[in-house]
Amino acid sequence: MILIGERINAGFKDIGRAIREKAKEPIQEWARRQAAAGADYLDLNIGAVSKDPKDMAWLVGVVQEAVPTPIAVDSTQPEILRAGLEALDGRPALVNSTTAEDKKLAKIVPLAVEYGAFLIGVVSDEQGSPQDVARRVENAAKIFAAATEAGLTPDRIFLDPILMPIRFMQDQAKKVLEAIREFTLLSDPPPHISVGLSNICSEAKERRLLARTFLVMAMAAGLDAAICNVLDEELMAAVATAKVILNREIYSDDYLKVWKLRRGGGQ
Amino acid sequence: MQNVPDVRESWPNPIYTVTLGATPKEGGTRTTTVTVGGARALPFHSFDGDVPHPPVVAMEVWDVPAEDWPEHVRAPFSEVLRSPGEWARKCVEEYGADLILLRLVGCDPLRENRSPKEAAQAVQEVLKSVGVPLIIWGCGNPEKDNEVFPVVGEATARENCLLGTITQDNHKTLVAVATAYGHKLIAESPVDINIAKQVNILAMDAGFPLENLVIYPSTGALGYGIEYVYSIMERIRLAGLGGDKFVAQPILCDVGREAWGVKEARAPKEEVPHWGEEGLRGPLWEATTAYMYLLAGADILVLRHPQAVRAVKEFIRRLMEGR
Repeated sequence: MILIGERINAGFKDIGRAIREKAKEPIQEWARRQAAAGADYLDLNIGAVSKDPKDMAWLVGVVQEAVPTPIAVDSTQPEILRAGLEALDGRPALVNSTTAEDKKLAKIVPLAVEYGAFLIGVVSDEQGSPQDVARRVENAAKIFAAATEAGLTPDRIFLDPILMPIRFMQDQAKKVLEAIREFTLLSDPPPHISVGLSNICSEAKERRLLARTFLVMAMAAGLDAAICNVLDEELMAAVATAKVILNREIYSDDYLKVWKLRRGGGQ
Repeated sequence: MQNVPDVRESWPNPIYTVTLGATPKEGGTRTTTVTVGGARALPFHSFDGDVPHPPVVAMEVWDVPAEDWPEHVRAPFSEVLRSPGEWARKCVEEYGADLILLRLVGCDPLRENRSPKEAAQAVQEVLKSVGVPLIIWGCGNPEKDNEVFPVVGEATARENCLLGTITQDNHKTLVAVATAYGHKLIAESPVDINIAKQVNILAMDAGFPLENLVIYPSTGALGYGIEYVYSIMERIRLAGLGGDKFVAQPILCDVGREAWGVKEARAPKEEVPHWGEEGLRGPLWEATTAYMYLLAGADILVLRHPQAVRAVKEFIRRLMEGR
């Protein structure tokens, strides 16, 4: 399971303020905490407070100073993505993200190729976010084809079926699960499949329970990556348990201890 | 001409490399050391990845005369059965054993009930008579082993022996002994991959490094559950190579004890005439059991009969050469 820490996002007030004021410390503190919790990538997003590519470059530099964790450069704007990628010190990177729109594919897929990065493809298109399974799969196939044609192997491609808030669009979660199952059939070995997990619990009361339950169900359907709150210990314990139940990890009585050690960088 | 697709498999995680024995330079008295593990591929799949160290053969010696061995496996050692040191020397000098496994059978309270001090004397005898590294295996009674190993461990301090076994229910004393005196440990589980992993976790939790362990997943003789052990070993090795460091240790198979416990190896020709000569059949049973385990991922094979040792060593040599 590839876990991408969601917390360094300008949508969070403390991060937004830190980016505006160029204050390193709050950002580096979240970088360290998420890295210690075992994040495989740290997602970096300036969108809520800045459209300046220089701010993304600054943010990448600040996080790189603090931790060696790989980085997911998160923006809808190719120039901002490029600025983030350009600032990288050679560590693995994830481009987050392209959509299935032709103009996005044309600019963002080559970026991932140029910088040797992994790529997330979100299945929205010129008409917006799909509400059904078929268009999700169609757009996923389009992204997958464009990316492989450009030279990315399936293991460098992450497809995101777009999770919707359960509070407002209750019928969508089940469709996302179905789409995940379909995505696994796109190639052998299949591409990675990732979601922005917190979307599902937007504005809901039982946020953590919703996120945790959905993640486990999605793992059973074939999900192998998520942008999520890696500091949520119960979420992490559920991931560890789901891995054992899905036979992706050999069971031992102390499997939770092993998981914690490994995520903490111990083993 | 068509391009042939590259179907080589690569694995993210090598098996731990474990070296046994210590030369004077390293604080011990051994003339040779033995290194196993380190593989980055399935057994003998050197076309997929590096397989740096061939499997090795340990020959089994007891601290008391092995009266329970059938005559045709006891015969080659009949002159030396009363002296563990001479017995070990014969294994190394005449039959080419890479290591000696000294089994402290005599300490068993249900047998001779020998004292920890007597056990240590037997170990010292073997240490003096051969230069190869030692595996020291307790009598299997947990309470008695916990009395014997502190004394034996100290008597062999800095020799970098392989001591065994630790189990899910009994690991603390042996972990403390091995840590204090610089030995490595055999982690035993009852043909159960989950417990194999758990024992290693427990050892690590007690402060013992994962890279100083050897997995003993139990052994079954040909015809007696070998396929269960085989599949467990296969899964252990696949998981280890795949990245699970808690099962990425070299594997030991206690072949002689199992093979010579079954009637196909033991029974004299007079009892089962159509099975043929036991002098040939027994070693063949032992060697064939060993061949199976080599293919499943065995790194250390414990054998008894010189003919089986010779055949298995030749088999390993040929497999390593890819012939």
